[in-house]
Amino acid sequence: MMMMMMRGDPERFHVGCEVLADGVILRPVGDVDLSRSPVLRCEIIEAQKKSPQRLIVDLAEVPYMDSSGVATLLEAWQTARKHRGKVILCNLQEKVKAIIEIARLETVFTIAKDCEEAKGV
Amino acid sequence: MDERRQMRKQNNPIPPLRFEMLSQPRYLSAIRAMISNVAQRFGFTDTECGQIALAVDEAICNIISHGYDKRDDGRIAVSVWPEEEPAGLRLVIEDNARQVDPTTIKSRDLDDIRPGGLGVHIIREVMNEAVYEKRPGGGMRLTLVKRIGSGKLAPLENCSTEGGRT
Repeated sequence: MMMMMMRGDPERFHVGCEVLADGVILRPVGDVDLSRSPVLRCEIIEAQKKSPQRLIVDLAEVPYMDSSGVATLLEAWQTARKHRGKVILCNLQEKVKAIIEIARLETVFTIAKDCEEAKGV
Repeated sequence: MDERRQMRKQNNPIPPLRFEMLSQPRYLSAIRAMISNVAQRFGFTDTECGQIALAVDEAICNIISHGYDKRDDGRIAVSVWPEEEPAGLRLVIEDNARQVDPTTIKSRDLDDIRPGGLGVHIIREVMNEAVYEKRPGGGMRLTLVKRIGSGKLAPLENCSTEGGRT
């Protein structure tokens, strides 16, 4: 069963959520900077409460991310490791891919081309 | 005469562009857009414009989070000068926040994978120069230089491996 939800201000930054049989897809929309990363962090914490096997963060609608966003994703990665879950990032835009590479985290996160690939990782 | 040369000729000690903001993250997107726009006007590529905007974003985030301890009433000033020979931009970011020894401003060890501590590393990676210093009247000053077509990187001066802003 698939469930779609939307939280946050739809005209600003918001995070869509899709529940899968074995996990959750979060779809933030907008730049993830110091003003927005706390919103994403709350959504991730909520999504990880049930220790999903896979947490997919679809970044197709995130044109920009700073180190606060990267820190948020790393926190999710740490949480997932505790229960042997996975955090999979997909649909990375150029600037987001660049900051993850600058932070030398491209081999830490599992990165998929798109959601379909992320569901099979 | 290009704009850079024109501004230089004016020989004005006042920066051609200077703006102030409160230590509130909500203004970061506007700052990024402005800096990126200015950089584009001076001939930087889209990638370089994004790198400069990212460095300024990270610097301001550090000031808000560490300098002002997330207080939202601190002042942050950004001044921009065009540079010649080699062509580029100089950005000076000043605050009235808590002073720290510039030699203690560092990135975390990248092999120690954990949230946080990446701001200084990112600044260093994308800019040609990044120099922290104490302001005589209080607060800190960060001078950033990016040269057109330089790619990256130069050592982060005045930074070592202990404590401070990250």
